[in-house]
Amino acid sequence: MDRTILRRMAAFLCLAALLAANGFACFAGDSFDLDRDNLPYTGDWDAYTYDEEYYGQLRGQGASINFYNWGEYISDGSDDLIDVISEFEDLTDIKVYYTNFATNEELYAKLKSGAASYDVIIPSDYMIARMIKEDMLLPLDYDNIPNAKYMNEGFMDPNYDPGSVYSLPYAWNTVAIIYNTSMVEEEPDSWGILWDETYAGQILMFNNSRDAFGVALKYLGYSLNTEDPDQLREAAELLKEQKPLVQAYVMDQMFDKMENNEAAIATYYAGDALLIDNDDIDIVIPKEGTNKFVDAICIPASAKNKLGAEMFINFLNEPVVNAQNIEYIGYGTANLAAYCLLDEELRDDPVLYPSQEILDNSEMFVNLSDEANLLLDQLWTEVKASNKNVMIWGILPCATIAAIVIGKTWYRRRTAKRHRYMMED
Amino acid sequence: MTKKQNSLTSNLYIFIVMAFMYLPILVMIAYSFNNSKSRGAWSGFTTKWYADLIQNESILSALLNTLIVAVISSVIATLLGTAAAVGIQAMKKRSRDLIMNFTYLPVMSPEIVMGVSLMLLFVMFKVDFSLFTVIVAHITFNVPYVILSVLPKLRQMDKYLFEAALDLGCTPLQAFTKVMLPEIMPGIITGFLIAFTFSLDDFNISYFVSGERAQTLPVLIYSMTRKRVSPEINALSAIIFVVVLAVLILTNLNDIRRENQLQKGGRRG
Amino acid sequence: MKARIAAAPYLLWAALFIVVPMGLVGYYALTDMNGGFTLDNFVQGMRFAPVIGSSVWLAIIATALCLAIAYPLAYLISRKSANTQRTLVLLVMLPMWMNFLLRTYAWMTLLENNGVINRLLGMIGLGPYEMINTQGAVVLGMVYNYLPFMILPLYSVMTKIEPSLIEAATDLGCSPGETLRQVVLPLSLPGIATGITMVFVPSVSTFVISVMLGGGSFMLIGDLIEMQFLGNAYNPNLGAALSLVLMVILLVCMALTDMFHNPEEKEGLLL
Repeated sequence: MDRTILRRMAAFLCLAALLAANGFACFAGDSFDLDRDNLPYTGDWDAYTYDEEYYGQLRGQGASINFYNWGEYISDGSDDLIDVISEFEDLTDIKVYYTNFATNEELYAKLKSGAASYDVIIPSDYMIARMIKEDMLLPLDYDNIPNAKYMNEGFMDPNYDPGSVYSLPYAWNTVAIIYNTSMVEEEPDSWGILWDETYAGQILMFNNSRDAFGVALKYLGYSLNTEDPDQLREAAELLKEQKPLVQAYVMDQMFDKMENNEAAIATYYAGDALLIDNDDIDIVIPKEGTNKFVDAICIPASAKNKLGAEMFINFLNEPVVNAQNIEYIGYGTANLAAYCLLDEELRDDPVLYPSQEILDNSEMFVNLSDEANLLLDQLWTEVKASNKNVMIWGILPCATIAAIVIGKTWYRRRTAKRHRYMMED
Repeated sequence: MTKKQNSLTSNLYIFIVMAFMYLPILVMIAYSFNNSKSRGAWSGFTTKWYADLIQNESILSALLNTLIVAVISSVIATLLGTAAAVGIQAMKKRSRDLIMNFTYLPVMSPEIVMGVSLMLLFVMFKVDFSLFTVIVAHITFNVPYVILSVLPKLRQMDKYLFEAALDLGCTPLQAFTKVMLPEIMPGIITGFLIAFTFSLDDFNISYFVSGERAQTLPVLIYSMTRKRVSPEINALSAIIFVVVLAVLILTNLNDIRRENQLQKGGRRG
Repeated sequence: MKARIAAAPYLLWAALFIVVPMGLVGYYALTDMNGGFTLDNFVQGMRFAPVIGSSVWLAIIATALCLAIAYPLAYLISRKSANTQRTLVLLVMLPMWMNFLLRTYAWMTLLENNGVINRLLGMIGLGPYEMINTQGAVVLGMVYNYLPFMILPLYSVMTKIEPSLIEAATDLGCSPGETLRQVVLPLSLPGIATGITMVFVPSVSTFVISVMLGGGSFMLIGDLIEMQFLGNAYNPNLGAALSLVLMVILLVCMALTDMFHNPEEKEGLLL
């Protein structure tokens, strides 16, 4: 297809999205309401080649970038899909140092503490807003990211980053209940199942404050973004109440545990359910509504190789790369051209691309005020720290040994001199 | 109780404790040959996890990092520590006691506090987190162990030997290398080995100072356990176990040989 | 030239990398996010007294269990022939050389609901028992990981007890129990003290075992500190205050065990 037509189409889509967005720059709602039989991008992608000149800019200079990402969040060459990082390294001669974090808060701590410097990071929406507010990100230079033209305009200019100055969306999804049908008889439809005593010891809960509180707040019928201390405290009480039923607070350890039937119910990101290698796994999005989120690529202020980072961001948005990557990670893509490349089966998957009804009933996180963030951190630490059962049986060995030791100290004191003499012997 | 019964129960006890210590390791080794990715069921024999492991670039580079850190930090720690021990031994009792108490601080204080404090230091002085910071941290926690293993040897040494060497015309340096060094060598070697193994194995401190490029093997293993775990980790355990076993057996055989020679020379080992 | 000079590089190093960083921890603990002086971090830290309490409690249990298991073992090993002793000590040390994360992970495999132990028990019609993600599992992890630290110092004092001493006690009419009480136990006290310190300190400050075997539900003070620095609730000031609290707890514990031995004996036993 002719490039100009592409551009015109993109411009048209952009306009349509803007018109439809009536003030709230949301995503998916409008954008994925597109005519699925009439996609903007078609054509022969098999013959698609990378722009060698662009990608060759840093060749032979020993360039490198540090990429900090969620676990299980980039295609690594398994399942016959692309190995994104090594493909990029081969193409550009830039070495990628790849490490993982498990939660937005961990990413924030690592950057804030100054204990590391990264060139590319993928935080979620609310965390991006917080980082922008605290001057932790660099503005993107779109001249170096030509593939931004493929983005679904519905995702651009979001609330968390007005004007898309600092971030380019990577993937989006919703939070859901993932459960094992062989262990859960009913068909859950509410967050309430996470407080159901029947499943005591069978529940896996989020191990980060925002997501865990999100679940509790939604169950209580409050907004995800409430800053009301009373509502937050109520949610914290609910989470403490739930604690005896929770088997473990986990993030990516969820995969193994659900795969091996170690737990019956987990709260996690919906798309990850597809990655669990277990036929009994099903997901549900509770009726109380849920959290929809966008993870976007950013460049932190401490980046040392901004151009390399931008090349990497551009590479991630090559339609062929993006399509295979998104197939691996199992979330929705914000790259329209890549979306068009996906198999119809994936495009119509209700988990990856939930219905309008579900999306309307979901809420996005926004960054809270500093006070609310602090309170949330405190409450979360309290939830994690609360512990009702003390190990009583431990008294037995302790008391025995304490008795012996105290007795002997006394004895030793009395015979200290003789003793030292024998030691020297 | 007869003596025989007695030794039977004692052997049984030893066996039970050893089983407790080795069971988990043996299970891991067994599972490293399990064909299935899942931890639960056994589904046939395979060596593919070993093949995967050898091709896993991040594990190999972490291994290399670990070795570099261990070698450099233990060598420097040994030099610093030996010198320090010589100096401390020459001090008066009061300042010696003071410094010794101070030396115990890193040995006795929890590793997490040391890791955190070093992290704050490096952040404060804007030092990039890299192999350099890891090496500095490792030297810091290793030096006391070297001092503690060299000091007893110094104390055992006849303190007039050194003076005698000086009187007989040695320079202080000569007196040190020719007289003192051979005497305290066993302590230095022990200190070096302790420093080396502690450095290889350290996680708690490295975790706070390793940054994003200088991940050592333990730090990498930690990040592996926080994700979906690949059986490669079992294969890794098996390999480490076999290597350690081999090293220990070799050094031990060496010890036995040396001891036999000593005994032939009419001395008790 | 005085030999004392030789200690100078070490002292400089220690000043730079031990004293200054500890000073920084103190500074962070006493300031707020904007650098102003405050005692608020300690006040806040007090809210976590239950966490501190349960860390100390679990560590005490683990230390006691280690001592109970290690003492007879060390004694039995020390009474074997030289070659057997060597082999057994080697066997005790071997797991220490394997990374403790791997060893802890191995216990995860064993303790899970569908793990090896429950499967074996299932074969004989027992269980399944809930073992992973309990406090018991955390204590088990501590005992397993730090047991060698208890065995080795105990063994090193016991092997110094001359067999003739025990024979003499027997000849003089002591029963085995009396011999143990009158001869072996007093002589092994320094080893016990070293062992207790070497197990208690890492147990009370661990931040990995509780996550791996406790499922993140049983927070220890180590987790709390890690959480403030690199984890889910960034607040280095609170973290620093908690670190200081941890240090104080350990200094108290050291002072307690210090009653058992004089400093001259210490170093030989550590190694």
